[in-house]
Amino acid sequence: MSAQAVHHTAMTLNDQLPALQILVTFIAAPLVVMFGSLRLAWPIAFAASAISFVIAVMLLSQVIDGSIISYHMGGWAPPLGIEYRVDAANAFVLVLVTAISTLVLPYARVSIAAEVPEKHHALFYTAFLLCLTGLLGVTITGDAFNVFVFLEISSLSTYVLIAQGANRDRRALTASYDYLIMGTIGATFFVIGLGFLYMATGTLNMADIADRIADQGANRTVRMAFAFIVVGIGLKVAMYPLHLWLPNAYTFAPSAITAFLAATATKVAIYVLLRFMFSVFQPSFLFEFYTLDFIILPFAIIAMFLSSFVAIFQTDFKRMLAYSSIAQIGYILLGISLLTETGLTAAIVHLFNHGITKAALFMAVGAYVLRAKGSFYDEIEGLGRRMPWTSAAVVVGGLSLIGVPGTAGFVSKWVLVQGALEKGWWPVALLIVASSLLAVIYVWRVVEVLYMKPTPADSDVREAPMSMLIPIWIAALACIWFGFNAEMTLSAAQAAALSLLVGSAGMMN
Amino acid sequence: MTEFTQEFIVGHMNYWLFIVLMMTGLYIVVAKGNLVKKIVGLNIFQTSVFMLYISMGKVVGGTAPIFPVDMNIDPNVVYSNPLPHVLILTAIVVGVATTSLALALVIRIREEYGTIEEEGILAANRSTARVEEQDHGEVMGGPV
Amino acid sequence: MRHHLILRVITKLLVGPIMLFALYVQFHGDYSPGGGFQAGVIMAVAFIIYGIVFSLDHVQRVLPPWLVHKLSALGVLIYAGTGLVSMFTGYAFLDYTALSPDHPVHGQHYGILLVELGVGVTVTGVMVTIYYAFTSRTPIMSDEAW
Repeated sequence: MSAQAVHHTAMTLNDQLPALQILVTFIAAPLVVMFGSLRLAWPIAFAASAISFVIAVMLLSQVIDGSIISYHMGGWAPPLGIEYRVDAANAFVLVLVTAISTLVLPYARVSIAAEVPEKHHALFYTAFLLCLTGLLGVTITGDAFNVFVFLEISSLSTYVLIAQGANRDRRALTASYDYLIMGTIGATFFVIGLGFLYMATGTLNMADIADRIADQGANRTVRMAFAFIVVGIGLKVAMYPLHLWLPNAYTFAPSAITAFLAATATKVAIYVLLRFMFSVFQPSFLFEFYTLDFIILPFAIIAMFLSSFVAIFQTDFKRMLAYSSIAQIGYILLGISLLTETGLTAAIVHLFNHGITKAALFMAVGAYVLRAKGSFYDEIEGLGRRMPWTSAAVVVGGLSLIGVPGTAGFVSKWVLVQGALEKGWWPVALLIVASSLLAVIYVWRVVEVLYMKPTPADSDVREAPMSMLIPIWIAALACIWFGFNAEMTLSAAQAAALSLLVGSAGMMN
Repeated sequence: MTEFTQEFIVGHMNYWLFIVLMMTGLYIVVAKGNLVKKIVGLNIFQTSVFMLYISMGKVVGGTAPIFPVDMNIDPNVVYSNPLPHVLILTAIVVGVATTSLALALVIRIREEYGTIEEEGILAANRSTARVEEQDHGEVMGGPV
Repeated sequence: MRHHLILRVITKLLVGPIMLFALYVQFHGDYSPGGGFQAGVIMAVAFIIYGIVFSLDHVQRVLPPWLVHKLSALGVLIYAGTGLVSMFTGYAFLDYTALSPDHPVHGQHYGILLVELGVGVTVTGVMVTIYYAFTSRTPIMSDEAW
């Protein structure tokens, strides 16, 4: 910045969109504290989330053709300043995150009122907004250290949100504590990795790092950085051997929070992993190739089978879905490890489809928790007749989880199998199909409990309220809609995959 | 392959210290059963990273990176790199937030369970799980 | 702590200067070492030490918990508001040039001052909140049991 005034062209609202994406929810959070009476907390949170969704859609429509928006924070140009960089890949994730939060918030109103003590509500919605801000920030920023800061904002508020489940079950506290310890270790590993990257390159802008690594090639410092970053983010992704925090955290968190986290938090972490693997490091580096082939691929397959297997034997619907999430993350990682355009497209489409599927299912679980006071199989026995709408949504979501044709889950698994066959890995393709059969079993168990078992005679369970049913059904219909109109998600995912694959071209782009 | 000469060992003193601190912290997190001690371990672990960053910013012979007020910068003066310090300031704040949140959780756990020893808490959770098994049917197969 | 006369007198003497020092660190932050983080913590120390030596009730009479919550939020709003001002005048978020378009360096001074003020208020609020949150839990062991 020089001392004399520089000629300045005023930025329009359209130019400010990348900053507004973060700011709306960020400003709404303290506003909720300021005007924290119960009546205003929820409307502010919902309005902020809805505006964010509109902004995300506008951003996606601008970058879907492969262009890139670069926003300079504080007017400082990159690589010195912090840059917000929107391309097809992260605009896609932004839309997913804001869509889910806008869907979950109306649902949360009743659900949270039943599960969280009233005096905590204002601070609860503040934490929710901060978590959303963090997730959006991680996604939109083009600065590596900024990723860490936003990651911690979202993680810290996530721990708080999970601990709110303590009102129902005290184990929420230990689940939150475990997640805090593992999450912090993961985030610290990530910072160590960034430190090594900074040592090797002297910059923190992701595109600039990519340029400089490409110049100097792989050396030991870069390899160390890669290892630390993959393990650190792997903890947040719940990549197979690092997933131990996930089942308890999802089981004991308040239902609305489980739905939100399952659909967004791990997905954003996967996006970060993708960004670092493809945009910052070069996939052509031998070490990355080996990591994907010999570590991520086998663990992804193990996750697909072992977690599905454990899910079959659960007696709690919510816990079963948590284990199924780990298995589904396995599919996404499998898609990444294929290292082809089709594989990457499959991973990104599945990221989206699994997000909406799990949102629908976890929200339905919340409805059972509200009406039947629990989600164990014997508590929801025969509720298919008492809560027909919720249970029908569970069936739709379950079919999408299995990957039955006509649902969103089918599209992504189809592309994934295609990607595996393209590469000539037919055993992998067979394994994908085989593990889907395990999903049939655990989904069937739920359907059986809901529809085949007699309703207890003394049960006074009613259908869930409209404010919960509508979000559940929007998510469930989205599962069907994106199953038949795969063109929309596939083209967006393909644009995202392409922008990731060529994204390593760096600053000049 | 690098030779382990005296120069190599002494010259990388900051890395050795970083590794020792980091491993100490991680060991405490893993090995100690007391929840507060685990947080102490986590803090040591995080501090090791702060050390790594700060030592990274040191330039031999460098001084504090503050330009003179009249902006007459002497090209012979070497400045240390301030950027890692700024990053670590942020990381320290994050660390404080993590610590206080963790301690708050420990207080709540103490109120609910009456203990902050991992063994006692695990035993309590196990017995809750057993009661659930009796009430809701057995969980076949253990957690992975 | 009723009988610790020396502690009480010294604390009363110290609290004022601590706050003054906090303000000094706060408003010299843009030119010399210091700034919102440090000043906020020092300011919070003044309240915390008062709370430790006298009692939680005493300090909460000066700074009630609801006010501390609002303060933490207010600081963030000051920070974000500074950024919004630059956005409304057609600059990037937090571009301080917007505060004095003819003389960007002055704009930077104003901007840093405002932003640091926001940081300071929030850090004070958060630190005192943490102290309140921890000390207001019912202790498992009474003071006399030590």
